[in-house]
Formats: sequence, structure tokens, C-alpha cells
Amino acid sequence: MKIARKIFHRWAMGLLLVSALLLMGASGDPQGQRFDRLGHNLMCQCGCGQVLLECNHVGCSTSEQMRKEMKLAMARGDSDDVILAGFVGKYGPTVLSAPTTTGFNRVAWIMPVVIFLAALGAVVLVVRAWKKRKPKDPGSSGGTPPEELDEFRRRAREETAL
Amino acid sequence: MPQIGSFTLLLGLALSVYAFAAGLFAIVRNDDRLSETARRAGIAVFLAVTAASGILVYAAFHNDFSVAYILHHSNRALPGAYKFAALWSGQEGSLLFWCWLLAAYGLVLRLRHKVDTRLVGHASMIMSAVQVFFLVLVNFAAHPFALVTGAIPADGNGLNPLLQYPEMVIHPPMLYLGYVGMTVPFCFALAALIMKYPGEKWIHITRRWTMVGWLFLTCGIFLGSYWAYRVLGWGGWWGWDPVENASLLPWLTGTAFLHSVMMQEKRGMMKVWNMWLIFSTFLLAIFGTFLTRSGVVSSVHAFAESNIGPYFVYFLALTFATCMYFYVRNRSHLESEHKLESLISRESSFLFNNVLLLVAAFAVLWGTLFPVLSEWVTGHKVTVGPPFFNKVNIPIALFLLLLTALGPLLAWRKTSTESLRKNFAIPAAIALAVGAVLVAMGYIKPWVDMSYFYSLMTIMLSVLVAATIGSEFIRGGLVIARHNDSNVFFGMYQLTRRNTRRYGGYVVHLGVIVTMIGFAGVAFYQNTEQELGFGDKMAIGPYTLVCRSYTQDDKPNFSSEWAILDIYKGGKQITTMYPEQRFYKASGQPATIVANRSTVMEDLYLVYTGKNPENGRPIIKAHLNPLVWWIWAGAHLILVGTIIALMPNMQAKRKKPSAGDGQARAPAEAKAENQAAVEAGGD
Repeated sequence: MKIARKIFHRWAMGLLLVSALLLMGASGDPQGQRFDRLGHNLMCQCGCGQVLLECNHVGCSTSEQMRKEMKLAMARGDSDDVILAGFVGKYGPTVLSAPTTTGFNRVAWIMPVVIFLAALGAVVLVVRAWKKRKPKDPGSSGGTPPEELDEFRRRAREETAL
Repeated sequence: MPQIGSFTLLLGLALSVYAFAAGLFAIVRNDDRLSETARRAGIAVFLAVTAASGILVYAAFHNDFSVAYILHHSNRALPGAYKFAALWSGQEGSLLFWCWLLAAYGLVLRLRHKVDTRLVGHASMIMSAVQVFFLVLVNFAAHPFALVTGAIPADGNGLNPLLQYPEMVIHPPMLYLGYVGMTVPFCFALAALIMKYPGEKWIHITRRWTMVGWLFLTCGIFLGSYWAYRVLGWGGWWGWDPVENASLLPWLTGTAFLHSVMMQEKRGMMKVWNMWLIFSTFLLAIFGTFLTRSGVVSSVHAFAESNIGPYFVYFLALTFATCMYFYVRNRSHLESEHKLESLISRESSFLFNNVLLLVAAFAVLWGTLFPVLSEWVTGHKVTVGPPFFNKVNIPIALFLLLLTALGPLLAWRKTSTESLRKNFAIPAAIALAVGAVLVAMGYIKPWVDMSYFYSLMTIMLSVLVAATIGSEFIRGGLVIARHNDSNVFFGMYQLTRRNTRRYGGYVVHLGVIVTMIGFAGVAFYQNTEQELGFGDKMAIGPYTLVCRSYTQDDKPNFSSEWAILDIYKGGKQITTMYPEQRFYKASGQPATIVANRSTVMEDLYLVYTGKNPENGRPIIKAHLNPLVWWIWAGAHLILVGTIIALMPNMQAKRKKPSAGDGQARAPAEAKAENQAAVEAGGD
């Protein structure tokens, strides 16, 4: 049983490692995928409030024009940053579908992470503080180790099973 | 008729004010007779608001364009169902509908006052206060019976074409039932806090009401997604639009409450937390309504900008201040009876689950409001769209899935790591094996893109959850099957009937993971667009589309044009599809009717996007969206699970003593057995 568990552990760790390595060594990005990615980084300016590639206005000439501009820039060999900067220059910062990671916009990205970490930290601290306190109710488990409690539960279930 | 409508609304307001004031005095003076008059006034509010709503619907059906609301949201040729739906299609009508739903919930609450007359008396008084606010809105800020000035037009402007779909007839009522439904638990929670209600009875009542509200909100959100998918024609079902986000916020906090409330019921813990979760859920439901209707954030779904924003701000501030005041005054009543003993326990899993749900709610709220904040701080508006919400929320959702898998394996108070490892090993092995197979077979290449990696993780974690829940059902089912000499499936059925809340909850979790698998398909969506003349072909995935013809139709409400496309797969024609484009005459707006062929594996989704202005050739956009079917299947499972959880538990029948048994076992013993069966699995 122990050997099987060891093999399982190693196999799982190996799989995780391989996944991580494969993820880090991401492969190339064909033009279609690049167009798709860039198109999802921009908002259509026709007033639909949707991502450029998802504008649903019937016969929308704005999104058509913007797509043509993007294809043209890609054909010129512009980098992603240059293409996006070109759109920001022409349509303003609201053309980007997400805040950038510069200036005040950084706050948009940082805050959820800060709140997440702070909340997790707070929970751990609260649990630790609670654990240190003496249990209030006389019926609490006191110093009984969890293994023993599990054993009691198992026996209780067996004895009361239908 | 509009004058009668206005009168009934004023009458409703007067009755609500009386119900609130009389309820308040009755509590202060401990006067039962006054309390009874307040209750009856509350019931009468329902009659008055029902009459007002009926009159507005009547005006829509009788094309009374002297009423500005009917003029702007209906027209003569509009089909009957949409005339009825006009009630909630605009600002004023939907607020009236909100009032009516609130009055209807109030009616049920007041008719069931014998559950606990004092508690219901307090809750009813709070509900009347909320009712007063909404009736003030419809009487003075957004009057649904406002009359047209000058000559009355012969026909109305018609209903927004995007709203003329069957899903839109039921989606808003469901959503409003959810939003308004959250008022009831709020009223009970605040009532319990005000009166320092002894015991946990109020929490049982509140939990059931919260589940009802949560169920409607869930249905509303899924129906909204379904409508967006089938109607908007962009091939997606969730766009992280501010209005969509507004519906998600109370859903997230409501979900957190439904989990953490178990800690209060079982262990007398987290009373403050639960109280504030319910307060937050109600405040967020109101805040969402404020966002939708005030014009603070721009949204495709939002109602026209109006002057009702400040009303909501004052109401939110007043509600928060009231909650805070009573919390500070009576907080000693909310002390925990027990303390958390271990990090590896059911309690801590609920705690982490709550934290993650609240962080998700914060991230959604933050992203929704950041454009406003950015404009305020820097003077420039920015867009916070899907890429932001996906990047922030997907990792949180994955953590939540992991907790959903771990939760059922953890016991209350403490679980040993050995026991956890023992119960977790097989489900984890199954999940890893499924992931390995998906990668090895080349279905998912997680190294190509982060979205593929997320998809793989979602599927693996969903399998993990399914395996842990499956093991719970099988383990409990086997215990009962052994006792009843039946099979394991009957055992699982019995198990569910005996503890509907727990096993209904597991079915909800199954629904969630089925939905998540559907979400995982997003990474593989593909689309293509092409001009398609007669006989032309276009290909997407394994499908080939051949244009057979185009045809036109003319109806009183709209004219339309269809493409007739033969669909081939593997060289064989499998079906014919008809994407359509409509032109609504009254509003002068075009709209698309998507043609969708949905299978378990993928949706073939076709949109007739219009004609090329240069050469007049029709353009067809084709989407191939894998696993969308799973999203709607998951929604049905969530619905079924919640209904199961709302059902009362069935008591176990005692086994008939056989001749050899000697004597029948004592009732206490049978009860213990029943409990053991119910608890089998780790509680």
C-alpha cells in the first residue's frame, strides 16, 4: 500500500512538473491566433460596448474598419504593442478591453490580488487565534487527537449502520 | 384608466406607510391589535399594486398610447406575449413590477405569520419600509402612468427588437424574483438582530427564503446568458457587462451565505459573518439595480439614464446605517458558541469557500466600478472588459472547485490528514488520469496557451469534484441498500430523500461542475465569416456549409430575410439551417435570429450578419463552440438540486421485525439508524 502511494505521489508530481515545463516553453503563435488575441484586446467603437471580434451589430461598419486596420498593421509587421498603441492613439484609451499595467491602471490589477492575499491571511490568523483559545463547551474534543476522533467516528458509524 | 392606475399607486404608498408606521408602533408598544392592522395593510398593498400592474398591462393590450410608457415600449402589431412583457421592459414599468413582486413576497410572508408572529411582525415592518421606498420611486420619480403631452400618436415606438424573444419574457421576471427575493431574508435577519431573537429558528426560515431567492437569481442569470447566446449573435454567453456583473454580485454573496449558514446551524459559529452576508446580499441587489438604472456605468443592457440614481444612493446609505446601528447595539447577541478547532475541518473549508466567493464578488465589483474610479482620479476613462475579469476570476473559480472537491471529505471539527489522504487518493487519481488522457490524446495542449491550461485544470478539478460526490452517494447508498436489501441506486434515492438538503446540495455541486466543463470549452471556440452567394461553400471545423438559397418574408411587426444553408459533415448532409435577419418596422431597427445546432460536443452557430454594402452579397458568420450544451445542462441540474434541497426530509421507515428478530427495535434506535444513514459519509 505504501509503495503504491509512493508511486502515485511520484507520478502526480511528475505530471505536474511536465505540465509546468510545457507551459513555460509555450510554442509559436500563428497569425490567426494572433489576430484573435489582438482582437480580444480591443473594444469595438460603434457603441455596442463589446470586444472588437464580438460586435454583434448587423452590418457594423466600425468593427469592419477596425479589423481591416488591425490586419493591415499585422501585414506591415508591427509588433502587438505598436498595433495597440496605434489604436489607443486613434480611438483613445477606452479602445483597450482591459486596463494597462502602467500608472494608475496598475491599481486595477493589484487590488484583487491584495484583497485575496489579505483575506486568506486574515482567515489563517483568525483560525490560529481561535485554536489557541480554550474551548468553551464541555463537550468539545479537548486534547483528543484527530486520528482518535476519526477512529471513534468510524466505530460509531459501524455500530449504528443500518 | 391611467388615472385609476395613478390612484392605486398612491393608495399602495399610503398603505405601505401605514403598514410601516403601525408595525413600528406596535413593536414599541407591544400592541398586538395594531400589529394585526399593519399586517392587513401590508396585504392590502399587494392588492393595490396588483391593480396598478394590471392597469398598465391592460393599457398595453388596448394600445393606450396616451400613456407615455406604453407609447415608448409597445406598438399595435406587437404580439400579445411581448405586450405583456412590456410591463418590465422599461424603467418605470420594471420598477412597478419590482413593487408588485415585493408586495407578493410580502403577502406570502404575512399570510404565514403564525410561524412566529413577533418575528414576522418585525420582518413585515422592515419589508414595508423597503416597499415605501419603491412606491415613492414609482409615484414621484419614474411614474409608469405619466401621460403624453400634446397629440396622441396613432402607433407606439415598439419594443426593443432585442427584447422580442421568448427568453426575454421569462428572464427578467426570474431575475427580479431573485433580486426581490433577497429582501425577505434581509428582513428576517435584521428583525432577528433588532429583537435579539433567541435560538436559530430565524436562520432556518431565512435559509429557506434565501434558497428560493438564490434559485430564482440563478435561473435569471442562466436565462440571461441563454438569451445573450441565442439572440445577441456574438457567439458568447457572458460578456462581463456591468449589468450582468450586477446580477452576479448578490448571487456570489448569497452562495457564500448558503454555505456559511450551516456553520451557524450546526456549530453556532459565524453569526456576525452570516448576518453581514445577508445584509450585503440585499445591499448588492439594490446596488446592482442602482448601477443598471442610474447611468453611473455604461452598459448595453442598461435602462435609459434617469434621475432616480440619488434615490438609490440615499436608500442604500440609510439601509447600511440602520444595519450598522443595530449591529453595534446588539452585537453581543451574535457571539459564537464554539470556536474553530482545526484548519483541516468542514468549518474551515466553509470559511475559505466564503473568502473566495467574497474575493470574487470584490473583483467583479472592483472591475465594474474601476472605470468610474479611474475617471475620477486621472480624468481618463478606461475600459474594464472580459480579459480583466477572466484573468482575475478564473484562478479564484479553480480554487473554489478544489474546495468543492475537498469539502465533502472533511468532517466537522477535525479531520486527520491520514483520513483526508485516504478519501482523497482515488478521486485525485481519477482526475489526474482524465487529465493525462486528454493531453495524451491531443484534445488539450496546455502548453499552447494559458486558456488551454485553464480548460484542462477546470476539467480535471470538475472530475475530482464528481468523483468525491459520487463516492459520497455510493457510500451512503450502499449502507441503505444493505439495510433494505435493495440495490445501490434505490439506496442513493432513499439517502437523498432522507437528507434532501445535503444531497440536494451535492446535486447542485454536480450542476456547477457540469457548467464549468461547459465554460472550459471557451478556449476552443472558433469562428469564420464569409460572403456566401448561391452554391458557395464555407468550412468550419468538421462542417461544410453550402448556400442553397435566400428567402424573404413580411409580417405585421417585422420583415425578414433568411439564408437557407445545407450543412455537411464527413461528406453527408446532416441538416439544413436558417439564420435570419429581421427588420422591425415600428422601431426601424434590425436584429438577427441565430440558427444553432446544439449537440453534446459542440454548437454550430450561424448568424446572417447582413450584406456587403459594396456588392450586396450576403455575409454569414459561423461559430463552432464546443461544450456549450453542458452549460445549460448544468443549469438544469442546479435547478433540480435546489428543488431537492428545498424539499422536506423523508423519515426513514422502521424495518419490520422478522420472526427471528425477537422484538421490534426501540424508536430511539431506529432514529439513530436513520441519522447514521443520513450522516454516512463523514459528518
